[in-house]
Amino acid sequence: MSSNNTILYLDAVSVSFDGFRAINDLSLVLDKGEMRAIIGPNGAGKTTMMDLITGKTRPDKGEIFFDGEHGLTRYDEADIANLGIGRKFQKPTVFESHTVEDNIALSLKGPRNILRTVFDRSSAEESTRIDEILATIRLEERRNELACNLSHGQKQWLEIGMLLAQEPKLLLVDEPVAGMTDAETEETVRLLRDIATRHSVIIVEHDMHFVRELGVKVTCLHEGSVLSEGSIDHVSQDPRVIEVYLGR
Amino acid sequence: MIFSRLFSGGLDRRVLLLLILLVAAAIAVPVLNLAVPPSSSFHMPPHAVALLGKYLCYAMLALSLDLVWGYCGILSLGHGAFFAIGGYAMGMYLMRQIGSRGVYGHPVLPDFMVFLNWKELPWYWYGFDQFWFVALMVMLAPGLLAFAFGWLAFRSRVTGVYLSIITQAMTYALLLAFFRNDMGFGGNNGLTDFKDILGFSLQAPATRAALFSTSALMLALAVVATARLVSSKYGKLMVAVRDAESRTRFLGWRPENIKLLAFTISAVMAGIAGALYVPQVGIINPSEFAPANSIEVVIWTAVGGRGTIVGPVIGAIAVNWGKSWFTAALPEVWLFALGGLFIAVTLLMPKGIVGVWEQWRSSLKARRRVAPVPPAEPPAVSPSGPAAAPVTGPALAARPQPAE
Repeated sequence: MSSNNTILYLDAVSVSFDGFRAINDLSLVLDKGEMRAIIGPNGAGKTTMMDLITGKTRPDKGEIFFDGEHGLTRYDEADIANLGIGRKFQKPTVFESHTVEDNIALSLKGPRNILRTVFDRSSAEESTRIDEILATIRLEERRNELACNLSHGQKQWLEIGMLLAQEPKLLLVDEPVAGMTDAETEETVRLLRDIATRHSVIIVEHDMHFVRELGVKVTCLHEGSVLSEGSIDHVSQDPRVIEVYLGR
Repeated sequence: MIFSRLFSGGLDRRVLLLLILLVAAAIAVPVLNLAVPPSSSFHMPPHAVALLGKYLCYAMLALSLDLVWGYCGILSLGHGAFFAIGGYAMGMYLMRQIGSRGVYGHPVLPDFMVFLNWKELPWYWYGFDQFWFVALMVMLAPGLLAFAFGWLAFRSRVTGVYLSIITQAMTYALLLAFFRNDMGFGGNNGLTDFKDILGFSLQAPATRAALFSTSALMLALAVVATARLVSSKYGKLMVAVRDAESRTRFLGWRPENIKLLAFTISAVMAGIAGALYVPQVGIINPSEFAPANSIEVVIWTAVGGRGTIVGPVIGAIAVNWGKSWFTAALPEVWLFALGGLFIAVTLLMPKGIVGVWEQWRSSLKARRRVAPVPPAEPPAVSPSGPAAAPVTGPALAARPQPAE
């Protein structure tokens, strides 16, 4: 069903919680290397969709395919992360009592065998990789600082850096600029554009201004299914979208 | 070689000091007890040796709890169970050592089995006459229980207060089980009347001193092992799970396995502590499984400072020393003191004794930074005119904590 050029394919997925249909027959196709913005009012199912893709929630119906062959519904969160899907949470979630460097080191792609970590020593290869990532997220200066001492924006970037360290094929980013200053938002746009050149990215966002700045294809969700899809101009002029956002 | 590698890893200075103290105690206490004549004021009476040995076992238990609670965020309210199981394993060995010297003089069966009219040794008592087997069981029995319990609990993602409650239930269930006579562990009375360990009389001062030294050295070993563990990549993962479990999971690690390993290692450590404890106190009975015991361990750890290596050791020794003193001087006040202590620590010093000490040190450092050079001139001599600048230094330094 899925072509070679597809990284993620949601096929008629539904899930309900206590009778409430959070996701209703949702289908979505994401191409390799594509960056997609997902918008929608509160309760549209954006975060639930992320939960479904990352294995936190299992669909009642439908199937999710990743990278051609993997049916994601069979796997749990750790498996899916190792298949190559990275997820950034809405609230910046980093390891507060570790240094910036250790945060990245724990995220680096590699074997996830627990027993081996008892005797594991960091390699030179790892530290160059950490340097690269710190340069990308512009936190080189603060590498030995505890993550709890970072500003809100820096924590968001650190978390993005941790995702990059995982070397995922697909990145899911939940409201990356919520609570950021304008300067931080601008920096984040730069960072995400840079990431999108090498990864497929899905961004969930409320901030229309930010979505416009990204300049990518937009999917608008409403009541758990796709309401409208296309360029930001197309979507924002769609009467149904206007009604959902402004009406009632 | 191994030793130098251990220390090249950069053991914390406080941990190093603790190790030195423990090794010094392992040497000094037997000397003060055995070599110094009782008439000397430096003589250490035998009961003090036993008491200190007991504290060290408690310290090891607190350290084991700290490994899972302080570093991995698992608040176990049943760690006393692993301690007791290690103790029972050692108790079984000591029972077998009695041989035919029991009250009933049976060559194989312990007294309580003869009393219950049992004809032969239950299968699970086989092998406990061999010390190597016992040494293995002291680690294996609590380790396996913790592994099985943790595997079920962590895989089902039971966390937080729910996990604490089921650990409490576990130790309570074991308490009830060990009370039963037909379990074959001496029921209500437990195991006691020990005579020998490894052929040495348990009543001999030299044996007691040796047991103390063994406890001190084993605690030192546990401290080194814990320090190495928490500074490894695995240790960082433990803290990662403690601080942001879902982040760890979405990075592809399995928090349940990280917790399971910590829980198992911790249980083994608690078991060893229990095994060292029993020959020094001379008895093991089901009351060691009492939930209140496990909660006390949590208090020791909290008082000392969780998430640190030296904290639980300090906490266990300090609280138990207080307990010994209180229960002798004001026995009816002890429980109130313990409760009050826990409330005070939670409210006033959430990071325990070690935390308070660290705070005091950093405020001292901050004060030094504000006044880098000790003020040479007393403020009274400050000349008139542009005197504002020189005065600010000492004036700031005099205030308690300008930076905070």
